[in-house]
Amino acid sequence: MTRQGKTWLVMCGVLAALLIARGLTGEGLGRVYVKKVEVSLGSEQVAGAQGVSQTIWKEVPADKATMKWVEWNQVAPKEFFAARAANPAQDSISLSWPRTIGLWLGAFFTLAIMSFLYADNIAYKLAEATVIGVSAAYWMVIGFWETLVPKLFGALTPTLVSKLVLPSLQPSDVVQQISMWVALVLGVMMLWRLAPRGGWIAAWPLAFIVGVTAGLKIVSHVESDLMAQAAATMQPIVEVVPSATGGTDWYATTWATLANALVLVGVVCGLVYFLFSVQHKGVIGGAARVGVWYLMITFGAAFGFTVMGRIALLAARFEFLFDDWLWLIDPNHLRS
Amino acid sequence: MNFWLRLDSMDRRWVFLMMGLAVAIPILWIGITGRTFPETATPAARDVFRAIDSLPEGSRVLFGFDYDPASSGELQPMATSLMRQCAAKKLRIVCIALWPLGGNLAQETLAEVVRSDFPTMREGVDFVNLGYQAGNEGVMKVVLTDFKKAFPVDSRGQPSNDIEILKDVKTVSDFPLIVNVGAGYPGNKEWIQYVISACQGKVKMVAGCTGVSAPQLYPYYPVQLAGLLGAIKGAAEYESLVNEAMGGVPAPKYLEAQRRMAPQLFGHLLMVSLILAGNGIYFAGKRRPQR
Repeated sequence: MTRQGKTWLVMCGVLAALLIARGLTGEGLGRVYVKKVEVSLGSEQVAGAQGVSQTIWKEVPADKATMKWVEWNQVAPKEFFAARAANPAQDSISLSWPRTIGLWLGAFFTLAIMSFLYADNIAYKLAEATVIGVSAAYWMVIGFWETLVPKLFGALTPTLVSKLVLPSLQPSDVVQQISMWVALVLGVMMLWRLAPRGGWIAAWPLAFIVGVTAGLKIVSHVESDLMAQAAATMQPIVEVVPSATGGTDWYATTWATLANALVLVGVVCGLVYFLFSVQHKGVIGGAARVGVWYLMITFGAAFGFTVMGRIALLAARFEFLFDDWLWLIDPNHLRS
Repeated sequence: MNFWLRLDSMDRRWVFLMMGLAVAIPILWIGITGRTFPETATPAARDVFRAIDSLPEGSRVLFGFDYDPASSGELQPMATSLMRQCAAKKLRIVCIALWPLGGNLAQETLAEVVRSDFPTMREGVDFVNLGYQAGNEGVMKVVLTDFKKAFPVDSRGQPSNDIEILKDVKTVSDFPLIVNVGAGYPGNKEWIQYVISACQGKVKMVAGCTGVSAPQLYPYYPVQLAGLLGAIKGAAEYESLVNEAMGGVPAPKYLEAQRRMAPQLFGHLLMVSLILAGNGIYFAGKRRPQR
């Protein structure tokens, strides 16, 4: 066995031993409890928009319900402990095996992904493939049920969609129906790429998408990122901040003025740095150098924010492992 | 062997282990002791608080959930505190999502904050979850002219026309404030570009964002954005402001962001130490005679 193999064995052995030890002490390891809630709904006809009669569902007593089902709502473990202490035979709150298995799978995949930091391994490969597979399937399902069914099929065949899958579907007007026919034709043209001949047909919907996106983006960018940003930069350098007593808050005024001056210098010098048609010598060279410093500070701030974001995500994963899975800590007082 | 040379040849996995410990140990310490570090709010966080606090009771707020569980470690604490301040201020909250899982996160946040701590608020009257709507910027363009066309039903399937809270809503301009918590595209930037610019001052917006997108959003503050919560630090600052305003001892769920600041402190101290060590190795290598 290689040194790396031995290290893996030791790490897995230590983890298993710790898990067994934790499982045998206190309340044990992560479990999910659910509470049984019976929902009873009754229907009522009301006049909706444009005088069309609509069915509204409301919660009613169980004996008057036309529709009933049972929901299993997740509860804090302490509720289960309290219910069990009061009545050991109670069954209103119980262990949920599917959710507990989900919790343990979450812990396994978290550790599997983290294990890549030591070396590439089969658990990481499994987790990676699962993420890719689940993501692809998820987006396909979302695309079908959130876009194709309500927007396309719902506009073209409203009665069928409403009866079969989407009772809450709202009626669409003629303009929507015509635009959805256009969308359907463009969609079919896009899929033509998969056909053995006539692949060029797919270029037309692509051209449509590029044109519309460019049109939308140009207008919004000019308004919000060019005009509004330029206007926000053109501020008086000296900003007088009034104090609560009616005079001038000199401390705040000094800082506000300094901040405005820094913004002005940063904008001018940053723009000078990107002025490539003039040689960066003398005053221009000095300004460009200051511009580079501004850019470096900006990159540093961006890096710092990225580190902060990544540490926050790592902290959230550790909290999940220590709190939800191992029950080592209880910051939200869910168990005590 | 020279100390710097030893560092230079150190296996990078020791760095991963050190970072893991720098984050894990404070989490365990805070989890056991329940103590958090004090936070002092910066102007961007204070302005978020003021923007919500200055609204009259009963004002409608459009609350966007443009993120998913992958970034909820950073964004959920700020969404929770924002929702809490809106509810405490007795604002009427309309939740929407342009990310598929945002609708579910809105539902969870409503359950955690509004349903549990503000039980007098009624669904459909004081708050509603309109759920996810596909279409990215397309949805934003539609809400500018016809809000209910973009969100024809709520997450329960109830038609928007029959929902009390949306009775007088025609366009997004009928909301004096947009509160958006966003992780990327579509998100805060697109709301500013397509909605705030088009509304020309009629609608204010405050935003919460991830650390990665914060540097892109700061240029919009304070003109196009009335306030900004950048990453978990912004969330912790805002959380402390809301807790202070609410008084009493906050429930543990309202301390989530502040709990995550201790791992930040030690993680950043380690990063700074590593950067200094890297520079030390570089200069030590330069001073070494070349063969």
